[in-house]
Amino acid sequence: MDGPSWALTEVDITRPNVARVYDFYLGGSHNFESDRTFAHTVLEVLPSLPRIAQENRAFLRRAVLHLCDQGVDQFLDLGSGIPTADNVHEVVHMANAAARVVYVDHDPVAVMHSRELLRDNDRAVAIAGDLREPRRILDDAVTHGHLDLDRPLAVLLVSVLHFVGDEDDPVELIAEYMDAAAPGSYLVLSHARIDGQRGAADVQKIYNQSWSPNPMRMRSRSEIEGLFGDLPVIEPGVVPIPRWRPDPSDDDSDDAGAPAIGDDYPGLAGIGRRD
Amino acid sequence: MHDAGALPNADQLAQAWMLAVARTSFVPMSRRNLRAYLLVLTHNLLDAFAAAEFDRSVPYDVGTALVATHFTEVASLERTLAVLGAQLASAVTTQAGAARLAALQGALAAGYAQALQDRTRAEQERISASAFAARAAAEQARWNSEARFEAIFAESVIGIGVADVEGRILEVNRSLCEMLGYTSEEFLRNPIWSFIHAEDSPGIWTQVSDLLDGARDHLRLEKAYYRKDGAEIWTDLVLSLVRDQAGLPRFVVAMVENITERYHLQARLRHQALHDPLTSLPNRTMFFERLEAALADSRPGASVGVCFLDLDGFKAINDTLGHDQGDELLRTVAERLTTELGRDGHLVARMGGDEFVVLVEHAQGVDHLQRVAQTVLDAVRRPVRLDNHEITVSASVGIVQRDVGEPVAAELMKAADTTLYWAKTDGRDRYALFDAERHRNDVSRFELSARMPEALARHEFVVDYQPLVRLADQRMVGVEALVRWELPTGERLSPGQFIPLAEETGLIVTLGREILAQACRQGAAWYAQDPRTRLLVSVNIAARQVREPGIVDDVAQILTDTGWPPGFLQLELTESDLMGTTGGSLAALHTLADMGVRIAIDDFGTGYSNLAYLRRLPVHVLKLAGPFITGGTNDSSDGIGDETDQVDLEVVSILIRLAHTLGLSVTAESVETAAQLERLRGLGCDMGQGWYFAPAVDPDAIPGLVDRPLGALGAARTVIPQ
Repeated sequence: MDGPSWALTEVDITRPNVARVYDFYLGGSHNFESDRTFAHTVLEVLPSLPRIAQENRAFLRRAVLHLCDQGVDQFLDLGSGIPTADNVHEVVHMANAAARVVYVDHDPVAVMHSRELLRDNDRAVAIAGDLREPRRILDDAVTHGHLDLDRPLAVLLVSVLHFVGDEDDPVELIAEYMDAAAPGSYLVLSHARIDGQRGAADVQKIYNQSWSPNPMRMRSRSEIEGLFGDLPVIEPGVVPIPRWRPDPSDDDSDDAGAPAIGDDYPGLAGIGRRD
Repeated sequence: MHDAGALPNADQLAQAWMLAVARTSFVPMSRRNLRAYLLVLTHNLLDAFAAAEFDRSVPYDVGTALVATHFTEVASLERTLAVLGAQLASAVTTQAGAARLAALQGALAAGYAQALQDRTRAEQERISASAFAARAAAEQARWNSEARFEAIFAESVIGIGVADVEGRILEVNRSLCEMLGYTSEEFLRNPIWSFIHAEDSPGIWTQVSDLLDGARDHLRLEKAYYRKDGAEIWTDLVLSLVRDQAGLPRFVVAMVENITERYHLQARLRHQALHDPLTSLPNRTMFFERLEAALADSRPGASVGVCFLDLDGFKAINDTLGHDQGDELLRTVAERLTTELGRDGHLVARMGGDEFVVLVEHAQGVDHLQRVAQTVLDAVRRPVRLDNHEITVSASVGIVQRDVGEPVAAELMKAADTTLYWAKTDGRDRYALFDAERHRNDVSRFELSARMPEALARHEFVVDYQPLVRLADQRMVGVEALVRWELPTGERLSPGQFIPLAEETGLIVTLGREILAQACRQGAAWYAQDPRTRLLVSVNIAARQVREPGIVDDVAQILTDTGWPPGFLQLELTESDLMGTTGGSLAALHTLADMGVRIAIDDFGTGYSNLAYLRRLPVHVLKLAGPFITGGTNDSSDGIGDETDQVDLEVVSILIRLAHTLGLSVTAESVETAAQLERLRGLGCDMGQGWYFAPAVDPDAIPGLVDRPLGALGAARTVIPQ
């Protein structure tokens, strides 16, 4: 008698939610007081977090455009969250209007919101699902998102796997997605890093307290590299998020106040390719 | 146009503006694009600043545009106003200029604030609407789920009931009401404990309590209920515990399926599977179940007894009175056994055919079992009236007693079977007690006979030869072939230990043919080695062999194959075998004799010879049995060697004369002393064999015995190393 797992998820806006907290970091107002209260406690220990969120968002844009250049025209965005400025389908459709985008999130509010936004768009859909169930997601994506697993696909896991604990075996999850995808498919990954700046551990601590939207499992550089499994990682490898193929027109050498991107940057990004 | 100083360079202003706001908000635009975008706005602002007529809407729209570009952080506005103030300061030379700058900044801030407020309200509205929609969808899903459950609950053919953890029934569906005949109101008045049934297996209510306490989550069992009208129904009952969010037990859901028909069918099938349809007694399956259970009883000193019986001569009754009457007899016996023994709690079962068994689960010693067996014998002996015949039958009973935990049931029944066989062979209408020693002998005999075919293939049967000596000159004129079995262990078995087994199994035919061929081949070999060694080869042959249709052909074939002349082959048959020979066997003997083969009567004098018949048999030689020679006929006698035993001497004398009268040659067996030899020679006996001349020896030793007399007269006493 079980319905789809998301359908019975409690919708309780008095609890903070990962997607809405992230929206707040990006300056959005798609959030409630509980989300903002929680976000403020995080900002106290890591005030640069909105900046990192912006850079992560910029990485997503660059990565997606790069893959469009490579001819990829199917995107599966796992843990897509609340649509905000510069969404994947907007970026993708600027490059290739015929490309397909499937957003997946387990938060029913985020999914509802995405659906509202995509109401008149027949090349992008939002489906409810837990990324820890690859088979179910892929089946739904193929059925509702018109994805074709016989052709290359980009699987986006941007700033989401640090909410998946080791008990769910993220390496195996990624392998399941990539094994199902056709050769020539890509894995786009960005991930919060524990063995970089000191503030990261404090953020993780806050997320792991009881009144948290989601427990967090930040990983070390080597753990993040390990998530790619056997997939070869394309240039420039697994690097601090802003250093992944920065846009030359975004050169900030004229800005004396620009913060330096150190090797201890608290987020890493990379793209793996399935041969 | 108001008074204005020099306007700042638009490019420089845009560059400064870009640097000031670049990282204040999330704006998905590269720096170059952002600068180009801000340059457009800069031109608008400078134009508005310098315009004669101040148009408030221009800076106001710039403020709106900033929010639209996602400069949503207030820092973006603050820095924008600061950059504009600083860059336009030099252009402000008059009071009016200062007012124009203030108006410009004010309008921009107002446009920004209005746009941000609108945007925030819109986003808040959207997210609230999404949350509401998501909640509504969840509610809908829950409602659908509940509605489905409600439908399943109400319409299910399975009875469903819900109780709380105190056992109070809270809800029941229609099926359950119909199944048990109560209304739902009646159900709600009764706790689940009121449904205890006499046939509930012990412990189930403890398990139910465990479930209510949360110690287990599921329970499945077959359970009987009384309906309100008193009828009994059987159900397949599944109980599931429902816990609350904290994991504490809240409800128990019972799913009840009416399996009454299936239950009765199974019970009937089980009864059929475990009972004999003819007598209605438990069958062997049930007997073995009970026997195994009894043997598994672990109480110290416990003992299990079995009386295994079958009716004597039952086949004859079936054959003469017909199977219907046979069946009637079996039913009568079954009934008597049940009546006599069932009341003591013993299990009486029919094993099949006319075999029955009584299981004594708590045997109190052999006496007890003997009394049971005697009861069985007495019960069977009472006359039975069958179709106006009054007949009397008997039974044979095998008794076995075992301490529990000892052998497996199958072993015990094998022993019972053996014991029953003893009772039969001991004369029927009696019981026999299991005897471990006797059983072991039976088993080893059985094992020996089972191994015989393999031994034959592996040439474990070897033949020794005992010289047959002409008494006149004590020269060896022939040999008797004597078979031995050399086991792989090195042990040698004499013919007496295995020939009877071979006769029982019929292997004697193959074995006999093998010995015959071996002996003829050996005779030919000796002859080829030394032409003086043309010996009569005498081979024992069993009645069973003579009855084989192919005996004549076999012998002829062997003679042809070995090149052995028929006149030098002698076949020995015992007196009893020979006297029993009739029909085809007798014809075979005549054919063999006609071929030139000599026939000897072995062990003459131990059986009952029909002398008239003897005359008509194709016999050439009479072999006097050993006891006549060595004195076995009289315990105190030393045989014919002893001068005092005139009776033996007279008998031997008469037999020799009889033989000669019938034209038969006489050979004396077991000649052991010189005195015996002398007497026999004096009585005219033709030949002899025995230890006095030579024991049975290896074939290689035979050629060394041809060129001299054997026995004390020849060479003191012939000693042959075996």
